[in-house]
Amino acid sequence: MTARVLVGVKRVIDYAVKIRVKPDNTGVVTDGVKHSMNPFCEIAVEEAVRLKEKKLVQEVVAVSCGPQQVQETIRTALAMGADRGIHVEVSGKDYDSLGPLQVSKILAALAKKEEASLIILGKQAIDDDCNQTGQMTAALLDWPQGTFASELVIEGDKVKVVREIDGGLETIKLNMPVVVTADLRLNTPRYATLPNIMKAKKKKIANMKPGDLGVDMTSRVEVLRVDEPPQRQAGVKVESVEDLVSKLKEAGRI
Amino acid sequence: MNELSQRRTHTLCFLIASVGLSDEQREFQKVAFDFAANEMAPHMAHWDQNEIFPVETMRKAAQLGFGGTCVHPDVGGSGLSRLDASVVFEALSTGCASTTAYMSIHNMCAWMIDTFGNNEQRGKYCPDLCSMEKFASYCLTEPGSGSDAASLLTSAKLQGDLYVLNGSKAFISGGGDTDVYVVMCRTGGKGPKGISCLVVEKGTPGLSFGKKEKKVGWNSQPTRAVIFEDCKVPVANRLGIEGQGFNIAMKGLNGGRINIASCSVGAAQACIQLTRDHMHVRKQFGEPLSNSQFLQFKLAEMATRLVASRLMVRQAALALQEDRPDAVPLCSMAKLFATDECFTICNQALQMHGGYGYLKDYAVQQFVRDIRVHQILEGKSIWQKMRPLQNQKFL
Repeated sequence: MTARVLVGVKRVIDYAVKIRVKPDNTGVVTDGVKHSMNPFCEIAVEEAVRLKEKKLVQEVVAVSCGPQQVQETIRTALAMGADRGIHVEVSGKDYDSLGPLQVSKILAALAKKEEASLIILGKQAIDDDCNQTGQMTAALLDWPQGTFASELVIEGDKVKVVREIDGGLETIKLNMPVVVTADLRLNTPRYATLPNIMKAKKKKIANMKPGDLGVDMTSRVEVLRVDEPPQRQAGVKVESVEDLVSKLKEAGRI
Repeated sequence: MNELSQRRTHTLCFLIASVGLSDEQREFQKVAFDFAANEMAPHMAHWDQNEIFPVETMRKAAQLGFGGTCVHPDVGGSGLSRLDASVVFEALSTGCASTTAYMSIHNMCAWMIDTFGNNEQRGKYCPDLCSMEKFASYCLTEPGSGSDAASLLTSAKLQGDLYVLNGSKAFISGGGDTDVYVVMCRTGGKGPKGISCLVVEKGTPGLSFGKKEKKVGWNSQPTRAVIFEDCKVPVANRLGIEGQGFNIAMKGLNGGRINIASCSVGAAQACIQLTRDHMHVRKQFGEPLSNSQFLQFKLAEMATRLVASRLMVRQAALALQEDRPDAVPLCSMAKLFATDECFTICNQALQMHGGYGYLKDYAVQQFVRDIRVHQILEGKSIWQKMRPLQNQKFL
């Protein structure tokens, strides 16, 4: 039986919030805005907890990188059924420039430290839509990866993953240890129950810094500017098909 | 665009609602908000228009621990404090005020059995009530006694190890569809000291129900008269001792008032969010309504009333859970203040929707209809004004 699953959970702006760009165009407004667990991370936690309930894994460890507030996100994972949490403290400028590269280095280091044999992540975060962390983590560890998973089955020391790809569904079999990233249809996450929220209070969250894991936090990416998407332009009504064709030619579309 | 299927953006309103709460309370609140948005809000109009008692949805809520919020965990409850429960019901109410109000009544009954029942009674009834395998109704009001509850007439005459009940209760929430009836009846002489509390199960011979009432709101819960004709109930079903019934009823109502007030607060919050969203969308005189200074002021007033109501309710909840001497008047004041203010908010919200506010396609009218009754039951607003004055400490 697989010992340990590591699940990454990211604290992001809640999906229902209307995003506003900061007046200085350096980013989006996060102060005083509702945050929650990235929906794909919820799906990842749910999958890990289900594996534990089926007794296919022994322990689920939830990990999050960021400032003090990410502990809320780890608590939510604990309330859903994760056994313990790890909070990797990243704040200030390091947090502003935190991206998939640094997170994947942290996860890779933790996977070795915790002797995890399965890492489940959300396929991407809804704030940056990078879709890179899972892939980078697998590369750093030299582990196989099953991304965009809509189904995950453990068969002995192998993992069968059904992936949602452009052409349809692809089924692959991977040797453990593996990294899997969760897609929308993998499962429907449970609500935390009130008793589980109360039990979660007693579960441990360990604190550490990237330095403790020997991770270099320098970013290779610099955000130059953040802008709102262009306003939708009004359309133009035309009288006839000839008009339509000439207008399309004018716009360089045909 | 069906407004009801539009997910409400919480942002600032949500954050104000979670001010002053512990991390754990915020988690409770989050689950309740999510449940309300996903499992209740999409159906609230359907339940209202078709008068559906949403048993399956309430059972799902019970699985999360909302069936016996303040009941002890040893009999299946969640062991929450009064403040925790208020936060939960306030959040659930944003999804459907009527259903949440019924759930709070059900919770009140479960609490009464848990608190005043002996271990056999607790073990017999509480687990099923907490899981909502069974539903409960609170039976105090009669055709001849509402505000003057202590003058109730339903009699319970002792015959051996049975009480024989005769009389009828009016306006009973859930009546006819629920399984467990917590009934205040007269075992002794006149006045409050002659009243006892009995648990009566559906199916007991002599227990029947009146017609389902047609109401302006609260349509997701049936309301019926509950009729006792030589209805025999074992003495073992009595909660506490003879003559304790009125006290049990009033203690139940303290918590009940906080929870009904919490439902009003949740409804008002939902209406403020709906109004704010509508104001961004609706244009008149070439501009969105949100540019109108008058409407901005109105919305700010509504938000202020909401925060004031919420503070009163949570303060009362804290006083009750700490068993402070001012708890009872605070509960009455909170119920009086919050139900009145929040109705004003919801009514104002309807007004600000213009003609659309009057259409059943828009949720705001349902919140108005649903919480109007909160100003009436569990202590009519006018009597709530009297109670604090009756408390010696204020004179």
